[in-house]
Amino acid sequence: MNRFDYVRPATIPAAIAAAGAEGAAYLGAGTNLIDLMKGGIARPATLVDIAHLPGLDGIETLANGDVRVGALVRNADLAHHADFARRFPAVAEALLAGASPQLRNAATVGGNLLQRTRCRYFYDTASACNKRVPGSGCDARGGENRLHAILGWSDACIATNPSDFCVALAALDAVVEVDGPAGPRDVALVDLHRLPGDTPWIDHQLAPGDLIVAIRLPAAAAAFAAHSRYVKLRERTSYAFALVSAAAALDLDGGTIRAARLALGGVAMKPWRATAAEALLVGAAPDVASFERAADAALAEARPSGANAFKIALARRILVRALVRAAAGTPARLPALPASPLAPVAGEIDHG
Amino acid sequence: MTSSINLTINHAHTPVEIDDPRITLLDLLRERLHLTGTKKGCDRGQCGACTVLVDGRRINSCLALAISLDGAEVLTIEGVAAGDTLHPVQRAFIEHDGFQCGFCTPGQIMSAIGLIAEAQTDGDPDRVREQMSGNLCRCGAYAGITAAVLQAERAAAAAPQEQAA
Repeated sequence: MNRFDYVRPATIPAAIAAAGAEGAAYLGAGTNLIDLMKGGIARPATLVDIAHLPGLDGIETLANGDVRVGALVRNADLAHHADFARRFPAVAEALLAGASPQLRNAATVGGNLLQRTRCRYFYDTASACNKRVPGSGCDARGGENRLHAILGWSDACIATNPSDFCVALAALDAVVEVDGPAGPRDVALVDLHRLPGDTPWIDHQLAPGDLIVAIRLPAAAAAFAAHSRYVKLRERTSYAFALVSAAAALDLDGGTIRAARLALGGVAMKPWRATAAEALLVGAAPDVASFERAADAALAEARPSGANAFKIALARRILVRALVRAAAGTPARLPALPASPLAPVAGEIDHG
Repeated sequence: MTSSINLTINHAHTPVEIDDPRITLLDLLRERLHLTGTKKGCDRGQCGACTVLVDGRRINSCLALAISLDGAEVLTIEGVAAGDTLHPVQRAFIEHDGFQCGFCTPGQIMSAIGLIAEAQTDGDPDRVREQMSGNLCRCGAYAGITAAVLQAERAAAAAPQEQAA
C-alpha cells in the first residue's frame, strides 16, 4: 500500500474541499478501496475519511413519499430495515445477495455505488488494462473472459460492474444525490455509471470532489412491492459476484401487467436497465410466454466479448426466472439463500 | 505524523498511537497490541479469518483502517471468555468438533457471536450456513461449525444474558 495523508473533515463542505485536491479519495468503510490499495491498483495521495460525517446515516420517508437513504447507511442495516425492505423488497434481496455478512456490516450505500470492477486483469498490475492504465491495452480480450461483459462493452474494455444493489436500484428509478464543488445535484442511478467506450478509465460521471450524500427511491417504486424479486447466479452458492443477475418488478392488475421494471447485472459496466423489455410487458399476461418475449428484447443487442456467449442465454433465462418469481409474489420472508436461482421458494409456481 | 486514537479493546480502554495511517485494525491487534488470536488469512476480505466485532458488529478487520475507528469498541477472541469460563460459542465449537487445524476458528467464533446478535436465522441450518458464508474453512469443518452455531443460538435464546458479548 502506498503512503498517503489522512484527513478527517468535520463537515460535508470541508470534505468536498479536501477531496477536490489532486489524488484525493473518499474513505467510507474502505471494504473495496483498502483492498485496491493493498493491491497497488488504487494509490491515493490523500484519504478523506467521511465515515464520521454527521447526517449521512439516516433512512427517512420524505413528505412526497420518496424514501431517502443516507450514503453512510451500512448495506446490512438497509437490507434489514423493516419498512424499507417491505416497500422495496428486491433492493433488500439484492443487498443480501452481495458479499458476506461481515462486508455488509461495514460497506456503505455510497461506496457500493462506486465500487470498482472485479475484472481480474484490472486487479493484476502485471496485466494490460485500459481501466487501470489508460492506453495500455486490455488483456481480458483474448484472456480468461468467460465472466465478462455481453452488453455495452467496447474494444478497449469488457469489464462488468459488480454491484447487486445497483441492479435493483436501476430497475426502480433510484436517484443519487450528489454534492460537490459545483453544488448539489441529482443524478439518475441509470446515468451514474458510464459504459467504457474509448475512455474505460472513467467509471462514472462524478467529478473530483463530488460526494454521494444519499440515494432516493421514488414513492411510485413501492407500487411493485408485492411482485419484486432479485435473482443472482453465482459460480458458488454464496459469497461470490454475479455471473448474471436480474431484478424484476411487476405491477399486476389481475391477469394483466400494468407496469414492469427490469434490470440485469453482471452483463455490462453499468447496471443494465431493460426498458424495451418493460414496454413489451405492459398489457401482457404475466406468463412465461410474455416473459420470454421480454427477455429476448432485453438481450437483443447482446454479443459475446470473448468465450462468454453462454452468458447471453444464461441472462435470458435468469431474467425469465426473476419474472416468474416476481409474478408468483414477493415472499413474506426472503429465502435462506437470498436471490439464489437454485433455492426452492415456498409457494413458487413451477414453470418447468 | 502520529495520531492518537482511543479504542475499547476487550472491555479495556486502550489509547493507541497510530504512526502510520496504513495500519489496519488487524495489524494493530496482531503486531502492535500482540493480540494474535485474530488471524490473518487472505488479508483481502475474502476468508473471514480476521473477523472481530466492532461496536457489536462482525467485520473483516483486514479491510478497516485503525485510524478511522477512533472511539470504537472492539471485541476479539481474547475477550469473549469470562476468565476460565468459555463463551457458549467456544463451548459449542468444542462439543461439535467445529474445527480441525483451528486457524479459521477465532474468526468463525467471532462471526458466530455476531450472527447470534443479528438474530436472522431462526434456528434454520440453511440460514446459518448462508450467514456463516463469510468464513472459509479449508479443513472443511462446516458440518461441525453449523451444528455448533445452532447449539449456541439455542443456548443464547435460553439464557440471553449469557450471550452478552
